Amino acid sequence: MSTATADAVMDYDEAMAKFDPVMGLEVHVELHTATKMFCGCPAEFGAEPNSQVCPVCLGLPGALPVVNEKAVESAIRIGLALNCEIAEWCRFARKNYFYPDMPKNFQTSQYDEPIAYNGHLDVELEDGTVYRVEIERAHMEEDTGKSLHIGGATGRIHGADHSLVDYNRAGIPLIEIVTKPMTGAGERAPEVAKAYVSALRDLLRALDVSDVKMEQGSMRCDANVSLRAKAGDPTSPEQLAVPLGTRTETKNVNSLRSVERAVRYEISRHAAILDGGGSILQETRHWHEDTGITTSGRVKSDAEDYRYFPEPDLVPVAPTRELVEALRGTLPENPAARRKRLQSDWGYSDLEMRDVVNAGAVELIEQTVAAGASAGAAKKWWLGEPSRRANAEAQDIVTYAAGLGLTPAHIAELDGLVVSGRLNDSMARQVLDGVLAGEGTPTAVADARGLELVQDDGALEAAVDKVIEANPDVAAKIRDGKLQAAGALIGQVMKEMKGQADAGKARELILAKLQ
Amino acid sequence: MTDLPTDLTRATASALADALAAGTVSSVEVTQAHLDRIAAVDGQVHSYLHVDTEGAIAQAREVDERRRAGESLGALAGVPIAVKDVMTTKGVPTTCGSKMLEGWIPPYDATVVTKLREAGLPILGKTNMDEFAMGSSTEHSAYGPSRNPWDLERIPGGSGGGSSSVLASFQAPLATGTDTGGSIRQPAAVTATVGTKPTYGGVSRYGLVALASSLDQAGPCGRTVLDTALLHAVMGGHDPMDSTSIDAPVPPVVEAARAADVKGMRIGVVKELGGEGYQPGVRARFDESVALLQELGAEVVEVSCPNFEYALAAYYLILPSEASSNLAKFDAMRYGLRVLPEGVDDPSAEQVMAATRDAGFGPEVKRRIILGTYALSSGYYDAYYGSAQKVRALIAQDFDNAYGRVDVLVSPTAPTTAFKLGDKLEDPMAMYLNDIATIPANLAGVPGMSIPSGLADEDGLPAGIQILAPATKDERLYSVGAALEAALVDRWGGPILDRAPALGDAAAVKGA
Repeated sequence: MSTATADAVMDYDEAMAKFDPVMGLEVHVELHTATKMFCGCPAEFGAEPNSQVCPVCLGLPGALPVVNEKAVESAIRIGLALNCEIAEWCRFARKNYFYPDMPKNFQTSQYDEPIAYNGHLDVELEDGTVYRVEIERAHMEEDTGKSLHIGGATGRIHGADHSLVDYNRAGIPLIEIVTKPMTGAGERAPEVAKAYVSALRDLLRALDVSDVKMEQGSMRCDANVSLRAKAGDPTSPEQLAVPLGTRTETKNVNSLRSVERAVRYEISRHAAILDGGGSILQETRHWHEDTGITTSGRVKSDAEDYRYFPEPDLVPVAPTRELVEALRGTLPENPAARRKRLQSDWGYSDLEMRDVVNAGAVELIEQTVAAGASAGAAKKWWLGEPSRRANAEAQDIVTYAAGLGLTPAHIAELDGLVVSGRLNDSMARQVLDGVLAGEGTPTAVADARGLELVQDDGALEAAVDKVIEANPDVAAKIRDGKLQAAGALIGQVMKEMKGQADAGKARELILAKLQ
Repeated sequence: MTDLPTDLTRATASALADALAAGTVSSVEVTQAHLDRIAAVDGQVHSYLHVDTEGAIAQAREVDERRRAGESLGALAGVPIAVKDVMTTKGVPTTCGSKMLEGWIPPYDATVVTKLREAGLPILGKTNMDEFAMGSSTEHSAYGPSRNPWDLERIPGGSGGGSSSVLASFQAPLATGTDTGGSIRQPAAVTATVGTKPTYGGVSRYGLVALASSLDQAGPCGRTVLDTALLHAVMGGHDPMDSTSIDAPVPPVVEAARAADVKGMRIGVVKELGGEGYQPGVRARFDESVALLQELGAEVVEVSCPNFEYALAAYYLILPSEASSNLAKFDAMRYGLRVLPEGVDDPSAEQVMAATRDAGFGPEVKRRIILGTYALSSGYYDAYYGSAQKVRALIAQDFDNAYGRVDVLVSPTAPTTAFKLGDKLEDPMAMYLNDIATIPANLAGVPGMSIPSGLADEDGLPAGIQILAPATKDERLYSVGAALEAALVDRWGGPILDRAPALGDAAAVKGA
């Protein structure tokens, strides 16, 4: 039974003064293979419920699984990218438990023989600190169907009138990536958790094995948290020698922000219990995005015995070393190394690069530069209005831009209009607004709105003369060498020209006339 | 070519195939003759759970038309067949002898069924079996037992007693079976018919409702070794839908059956199979058969397989373990029976699952699910499932050692002739012992066959001899089986089934 009331929590800093947190993250990733793990049904997201099913993924009597070779290759590539060893021989196993969204009432998974094991991923925090996450294993399994509970307030099974099950998701290939206990992060544990999931997402995206859309469930995170008594610096031998405390497993933490918040919340909740002399119940917890708390799920002590045994319907997976090495050759550049290279190519400061990374705009800028824009302009435009609006919509910028049809080619074109002198900055911003409003390409928007710098030097000169005449005091200051005063005159010239003038040219003219 | 008997149901499949190819008889005639026979005798034998009269005639008509159009057809095209109810048949009910699947119409054909259809064998219907193939008598069928045509008060073997009794009562010339621990071979032995469990992976398991995945193997059933070989060739071969299917051509079983040659073959008599617990009449017929094989030019030696004594124990851990998981899918959520719990207003899915499984599964199925669930439980896994797997490896090693010395092994198929209905129903261990000689082959994945060895002196009922060969050497079964069959039929003066009592007369039903 879940409790509706919120638990007591301890102030985070106080908790950190008394306890040392240890985490373990389990991330499930849906592979975007063309077909499912054990049958030929399409693995696409978003189809009509129960339209992508067959006797195998519906678990009809008599049906048998056949392993998707592409999924095995993706699993091996993920393992290699996480610096894992790849098993020479491993088997699938059946995880037995009854649930309506699981057609066979067992999940075909891997148990004590994962395809990949003993790896690590180096994760860079916002300030540049690198934390090494040790990877326990990455194993293959199939996804379950999706239950939809109708009626009731929570959308959960309790209180629902009835439930519907969509088996389209049943049998989609999943890779479960499990970390070893993550120690030594100390007060930065929540941040490390988020950075790890983020780095993993980048890596999986670079591998092109998954859509990694947390909001669609193609990447899902379960966060295990435990506390132990504080015994010194988080990485000190004294601290590492303290035995691990009892953990809770918070399920389905499905955004980067939530990963950080949920870990932080559980730390504070554990701390309050332990500090009050209580003990932690080993259980699963449900994360509530809206209220920012977790509630009790299933108590682990009466957890089911999954009765794992080797899947007799499948033959062992035994990738040859030649295959493994060939797959190693297909690995993309490590995202962290790639970022370092791009930063150097683009000439960004650390702070600028971090802004770009945090905005999720690395790929967009890379493509924009490739389309002909300068790195500085690409950053300026993407991190401006598009980024601001994406944030306001709580979307990542790639998804947001794609939704509006704003492409790197558009930004490069916009930059080209500025560089060529057709638009000034303020006009370019108006053009971008038009593009974001769906009015067409930058050139089309500029044409339609009649935005173009006046190239008629005579008109500009007349405007400059008029402004100098109207502002003798300012003109005198400039004559005396106070060049910064020119700004005031430029502003008035622009006003005279109704904004359609090249500010640089106006400045040149003013200085020429007053010196 | 031999002339067909007036009663087409008495003909062998190979004779029917020849006559069909020659055009002296049509598939519709042959199929109709069998449907008539079913109508006349199945009330007594209860071999079929479902007879597909219309479907069978439609398929027969189609084959006849294709033949008239000059199409080249398979060797058995037009010969009707009975299919064990454990194989899915698109549009035709498939129950596995269980209430759990009563009324379920599969949306797809098992690969074996697809192959039968493509080869032009009209499917007469679905044959009875112990529920989910768990049993040695068909008494565990939820739809009542089949009866042994030799004595209607006796069991026809199991789980494939529907298929064996179909053949022995001439309700079909061919039938399919599945053999997890002897479900093809033991029914063949007690009804004086022939049945082969091919090498594991030799016949696709796709569409066979699984009992124990690592042991299940589909195979052919017939009245003669050649008929069985012809069907084996149709059923076998690689199937990409079954990962455990062997990617190699079907062994040359038909050629071997036609050659029927054992000269120079080394035959091993398994010392551990045939001693205590074997009925004297069964043992006597077995010894005679071995002597005959020697006369035919085979070299016979005794071979010891010391670990076979642990086979039954290992089998009854591995089978229930896998079965407990395979049968978990029967939960009332997607197909089959759905029972609502009594006295519960708004039952949860879990309560419906429990009520359905309680009502839908029979006692033997429940017994094995409980056994398997226990054996796989954390803390018991190593002692039970783990140890059983080690025994399994030792048994495979025994076979390897034996096949280092001999080409095939032989033993009695079952320790006794057919027992009476009800005799062993309350004693699971006694029932399980029926498969003592057949189980080792399933554990090791090697092929085995049972052919009639004669009638036991003490009860006049059929006994069988089992032939075992190394994995993928299925053809050796047919070399030995066909040679021995020819010698025995010669000695008997005709097929042994000619001695079975006539059916169709109400008086023949004892106690009716």
